[in-house]
Amino acid sequence: MGLDEFFVTGEPLIYAGMVAIVLVSGAIIFLLTYFKKWKWLWREWLTSVDHKKIGIMYILSALAMLFRAGTDALMMRTQLAFPDMNFLDAQHYNEIFTTHGTIMIFFMAMPFLIGLMNIVVPLQIGARDFAFPYVNALSFWSFFFGAMLFNVSFVIGGSPDAGWTSYTPLAGAAMSPGPGQNFYLLGLQLSGIGTLATGINLMVTILKMRAPGMTLFKMPIFTWSTLITSFIITFAFPILTVALALMTVDRIFGSQFFTLTGEGLPMMWANLFWMWGHPEVYIVILPAFGIFSEVIATFAKKRLFGYNVMVWSLILIAGLSFLVWVHHFFTMGAGAFVNSVFSVSTMAIAVPTGVKIFNWLATLYKSKIKTTTAMMWALAFIPSFTIGGITGVMLGMAAADYQFHNSYFLIAHFHYVLVAGTVFGCFAGLVYWYPKMFGHTLNERIGKWSFWLFVIGFHVCFLPQYFLGLDGMPRRVFHVVPEWFNLNVISTIGAFGMGLGFAVFVYNIYYSYRHSEREKTGDPWDARTLEWATTTPVPEYNFAVIPHVKSHDAYWDMKQKGETIYDESKLEPIHMPNSTGRPFIMMAILAFTGFALVFEWIWLAVAGLIGALVIMGIRSFDYDEGYHISVEDIKRTERSARGQSHELR
Amino acid sequence: MSSDEMNVKPLEYQTEDGQMSIVGFWIFLAAEVVLFATLFATYAVLFGRYSDAPVPGNLFEAKSTLVMTLILLTSSFTCGVAVFEMRRGSVKSLLIWLIITLALGLSFLGFEISEFMHYAGEGATLQSSAYWSAFFILAGTHGVHVTFGIGWLMMLLIQLARRGITSVTSRKIFIIGLYWHFLDVVWIFIFTGVYLIGMVV
Repeated sequence: MGLDEFFVTGEPLIYAGMVAIVLVSGAIIFLLTYFKKWKWLWREWLTSVDHKKIGIMYILSALAMLFRAGTDALMMRTQLAFPDMNFLDAQHYNEIFTTHGTIMIFFMAMPFLIGLMNIVVPLQIGARDFAFPYVNALSFWSFFFGAMLFNVSFVIGGSPDAGWTSYTPLAGAAMSPGPGQNFYLLGLQLSGIGTLATGINLMVTILKMRAPGMTLFKMPIFTWSTLITSFIITFAFPILTVALALMTVDRIFGSQFFTLTGEGLPMMWANLFWMWGHPEVYIVILPAFGIFSEVIATFAKKRLFGYNVMVWSLILIAGLSFLVWVHHFFTMGAGAFVNSVFSVSTMAIAVPTGVKIFNWLATLYKSKIKTTTAMMWALAFIPSFTIGGITGVMLGMAAADYQFHNSYFLIAHFHYVLVAGTVFGCFAGLVYWYPKMFGHTLNERIGKWSFWLFVIGFHVCFLPQYFLGLDGMPRRVFHVVPEWFNLNVISTIGAFGMGLGFAVFVYNIYYSYRHSEREKTGDPWDARTLEWATTTPVPEYNFAVIPHVKSHDAYWDMKQKGETIYDESKLEPIHMPNSTGRPFIMMAILAFTGFALVFEWIWLAVAGLIGALVIMGIRSFDYDEGYHISVEDIKRTERSARGQSHELR
Repeated sequence: MSSDEMNVKPLEYQTEDGQMSIVGFWIFLAAEVVLFATLFATYAVLFGRYSDAPVPGNLFEAKSTLVMTLILLTSSFTCGVAVFEMRRGSVKSLLIWLIITLALGLSFLGFEISEFMHYAGEGATLQSSAYWSAFFILAGTHGVHVTFGIGWLMMLLIQLARRGITSVTSRKIFIIGLYWHFLDVVWIFIFTGVYLIGMVV
């Protein structure tokens, strides 16, 4: 293989991408070296098993991925702005809509939410870390290296171009030869391992590590949504693992699962993909529901209305999410009976979701709403998501779906639920928990600018797409005809509005880092749940004394009674796990293995696999017990955090 | 918790770490159930899609698969005895029963490899048809799990010999026991759902 086959050549935009990658990595290496931060990076971050640091790394990576996939989106919208544009050619357009979808779902939405779960869930349940901190680090690095493996495809080997759903036979070896599709398969496989591990980890954490007194129905609602989400992850991700593995074996080792030869069954892929894919939709929306519930309860200054019903509707949605997958391909021709069954189960999901919408409204009803930036994201979510939900029910009617299928009506629908639900949720959550993570709030004025730019941009971008769909514009076309011009150009303007909103959001992070007042109380929003009971910044052990929980909204109750969670007489040495570089190294090796498999260098891949197994073996023989933080150290940390440092002398 | 209760609880459950690891492994096994269920479903859907390859009824033999089944079932029994001996606190008999389990696992693997080579010799390979792809991946995934379990068990044997029965090693043995029994259950479905049905259809 020559270098010209290894690197992607002949595309000016991709050359620009290469230059950008070289410059950015060069700048990072230079800055780390110049400020002598390599050791700091390795010791404080890359080897950390602290859930708070891992959560921050998840969110930083997710923001970077949002930038990458958002750039893809803007390039698509530019190409579609005017009839017969020649900004992108057909091949490049195919690649970009594929990477946009894949990255947004796998490397933006999920890690963003998992990052928030990482930071918040142990704090909300009064725990000192995850059940398995080592596995948590493993999960993060598997996601990170999976994302890198996928992203490198656009400069080395070529991006996948069969859509984020990668339907066979198009995605098979016969019709998509070359490494592109392999990058999709192996990148997702690698990060999927981590997602499954996180699901198990969170489930055990929530089931076994809650503070005394916190029964399941006294848990904060975000923790509930996380528990349900990890349940869905555990039962859905193995299906994706198998589907990806089967297609990998098809492509690299010549089996006949999804092929047109050997009596293979290409539509089997669509079934497997969506048996995972539909639950996946709920994996990225239920945590967002949880975030909105927390934000709305906090800024409406009320207990969440209908808490029990909220929990049961989460459970019901999770159950139903496994029973609707066929609605993604009603037009496959499974027959009237099958389509009817899945049509009914699809529409049934609207019931528990509707219950949630009304509960949020009831929480807001007659409350004193504080319109902080986080709250505004939540308030914008309710009507926007409802539009997406209702058009979803329209798509759920099998007969009508024959008209809507693969049109821009569908595109508008799922962007209305995924952006208004998941992305607004991520932003709301980040703004809301930001002071807990970094010790200062984000600037409200700039935050509102980014909010309005993004939300208005969002509606301007996607509302016209419903009508484009009704006008017959199919998805995944790279040339628009003059009849679709007006609405498309409006949509493109909206997309750039969203881009601007995101840029302002990122600028706000920088601005607030420089200028925002440092947070001292640990509870800037006068909030209700235990994560706000800790000091800011949160010490590595989270809680010096494990709190006892008596009711729902535990911290709110404590504040009403004038209690704090800290009691110096109850301090005991705290056991902590040691940092370790093995998760990083093991996943780097597995990413190398994946890279070798992408190019079908089998022996190199085997060597990589052995390397990863060796690291697992080393781990098995490692009886590292961690270390203890002494009572004296805890006292010192707590006193200085609680502003009593003078008493120590 | 009273000290009496502590005595009743098996060693592997006595630390919080041990309890959490065991719960976590049960949940992992639930995920494994989904993984194998997906493979079984794929096999069922692709059943009968032989293309030009041989029909399984002509290749599957009752005798060898029955021997494999008996070997694996016995290994599950010996693994159970091993955990029983661990609870009694006897390192030596624990090691002996685990080594028997290991030997049975290895012989199962030997039979499976020779079976696969036999089928391949008759022209049924991963590449021959959709049915055979599904067969080899389903049975092969089970085989890979057994292989992994064998390697894992070897490492645990060394740790046991070095450290004896502690709350950590007993937790590890208990968990690999769960894993091993699980593989046995999966094999029962493969034996009946794949081999027995494949022989008569």
